[in-house]
Amino acid sequence: MALPPYVGPFDRTWHYVYLVICASVFTFLIAPILVIVPLSFNAEPYFTFTQKMMSLDPDAFSTRWYEDIVNNRQWLHSAKNSIIVAVFATLIATTLGTLAALGLSKPVMPYRSLIMGVLISPMIVPLIISAAGMFFFYSKIGLAQTYVGLILAHAALGTPFVVITVTATLIGFDQSLTRASAGLGASPTTTFFKVIMPLVTPGMISGALFAFITSFDEVVVVFFLAGFEQRTIPRQMWAGIREQISPTILAVATLMVIMTICLMTVVELLRRRNERLRGIRQT
Amino acid sequence: MAMAETSGAPILTVDGVPLKTQLRRATQRSRWRAIGLVAPLFLFVLVTFIVPIGDMLFRSVDNPTLTQFIPNTVKALDRWNGRQLPDELTFEALAKDLKLARMGQTIGRVASRLNFESGGMRSLITRSARKASKLRHGPYKEAMIKIDKRWGQRETWATIKLVGQRYTVVHYLASVDRKFNSDGDIIMQPEVRQIYVQIFNRTLWISLLVTVICLVLAYPIAYLLATLPMKTSNLLMILVLLPFWTSLLVRTTTWIVLLQSNGVINDLLVWIGIISEEGRIRMIYNMTGTVIAMTQILLPFMVLPLYSVMKTINPYHMRAAQSLGANPTRAFWKVYAPQTIPGVGAGSLLVFILSVGYYITPALVGGASGQMISNFIAYHMKSSLNWGLAAALGTILLGGVLILYWLYNRLVGIDNMKLG
Repeated sequence: MALPPYVGPFDRTWHYVYLVICASVFTFLIAPILVIVPLSFNAEPYFTFTQKMMSLDPDAFSTRWYEDIVNNRQWLHSAKNSIIVAVFATLIATTLGTLAALGLSKPVMPYRSLIMGVLISPMIVPLIISAAGMFFFYSKIGLAQTYVGLILAHAALGTPFVVITVTATLIGFDQSLTRASAGLGASPTTTFFKVIMPLVTPGMISGALFAFITSFDEVVVVFFLAGFEQRTIPRQMWAGIREQISPTILAVATLMVIMTICLMTVVELLRRRNERLRGIRQT
Repeated sequence: MAMAETSGAPILTVDGVPLKTQLRRATQRSRWRAIGLVAPLFLFVLVTFIVPIGDMLFRSVDNPTLTQFIPNTVKALDRWNGRQLPDELTFEALAKDLKLARMGQTIGRVASRLNFESGGMRSLITRSARKASKLRHGPYKEAMIKIDKRWGQRETWATIKLVGQRYTVVHYLASVDRKFNSDGDIIMQPEVRQIYVQIFNRTLWISLLVTVICLVLAYPIAYLLATLPMKTSNLLMILVLLPFWTSLLVRTTTWIVLLQSNGVINDLLVWIGIISEEGRIRMIYNMTGTVIAMTQILLPFMVLPLYSVMKTINPYHMRAAQSLGANPTRAFWKVYAPQTIPGVGAGSLLVFILSVGYYITPALVGGASGQMISNFIAYHMKSSLNWGLAAALGTILLGGVLILYWLYNRLVGIDNMKLG
């Protein structure tokens, strides 16, 4: 975005104004997330920077809110719940989603766009409606307030992400590769594991991570479907924000941001690997 | 080729089957294989997601309470012409139904159901049921009117007859602030009960506002990301993707921390001296809070589609326009901006669809003036237990979202959706 030498003073000024605007928007996006990190080390039970913190007094910082999490059975229990539900929901969503994407990417598939529309709908329907529907139906068949019910619900919400990412990997998938494999004597199973899987894996993993995040972050369905026993981390945070708001929440939030950064890195590395494997060059 | 044509015989495969048949069979087989791959997920989504939603939508017209718990009264009222008071037989049916319902402990549900329709019915039903249980013999008409003079009013009976319908549209009428009067005409709800039209309008207004602000904020940075060299833009992209991936609840919490009256922004403003200690601005627990937080949360959904469209625009177009004599502003509006319209459409529709159904953020930072339709659905689900109304409000919301979804699918194509 270097300015060419011939621009006049008006364009030059506008260029800098423009850069300032962009910087402000980026700040608006990222600052709220960064602000909570130092605040979670606040020694006082406040949600703002104290005078001492501003002068970088080491006494103003402490890890007491993190110790709070570790010593609190409720938080640990929620963490365990979140992980159990997210892992199983992700497994279901990834398996079913990948298979469906493979089927959908075949040109012979009938009613392709209609079926795609139905499979993506859990992502589009407002969460409150999904949650309400699931609450009634799952209560009727005895799945409300059970882990199984929660896992099935979260798996349904996670599948669109898997379908979308795996379908995207399969766009431009060279069907003659499978024919070549068959021509060289491989059985369909061998072709699947030796040819298709390696090409699909990056999309599958990033879809799985999306499904994992969706489940890990989901609170509305949990709110309606889970009993006290099944409380997850977001549900616990929700209660914390609504009832007794303490900096422990900020510590949890910071940990979740760190988790997000780790997952993001994985996705980015996978994307690069995928592009390298498929010979796409960045320009 | 010539030989096959002249002989008229079909081309055969090694197995002696005509090639055409063989080809058709192969296509058929691979079609069934494709269906077989999609079927498990399709059934899964159907059972865990579509059927539950259909079940809920059905509740918006389903109305079993009265037919189930005071069946004889409902049946007797079928014959009632609605002009004068019902006859002795109807009163007798009512007295007996109330007695039975009280013994079966279902009277509370009858009372609540009627109370949704018309305030004051709860006390009327529970009190009358208690007293009617002591009635041994007729004439029931006078006895009931003696228990409560409202039994002598036509409106009470009209309400019961209305609520006694097995399938009903009252929930939809209530969703648009209307109801039936005792003559069966559709009229407006009383002033104090007129809320939902206003809430729907507010929901649309907040969503529109959020969409427009997102577009205004996203356009410049998407342009920057699309025109910078790949290395720099990849780094800046992290600033868009990190919020996109971060938990919704975490981001809502951060806005509480920033915006509340003892929060970081107010502290900062006081410290700089722009506002006084007493003049702290109220930025949260109202509509402002909802709009600010939702804008930041949904901004990445606008940036990403815009970016992917802008990335495909050839930068030479702008230079060509300028070398043909257009100044930069004119070149931008005449040449560049029109090419970004697909991205603008995709991003705006997506943000609008997502914000119309927003629940968490308004619930936590919205206060009273920032509540949206989803919050009222949740309220009727969890607190007032008026599930019929919740379902009707939900159906209207879902209908709107599905229309927009269809539009999005037509314009953008759902498989072109980019995630990160």
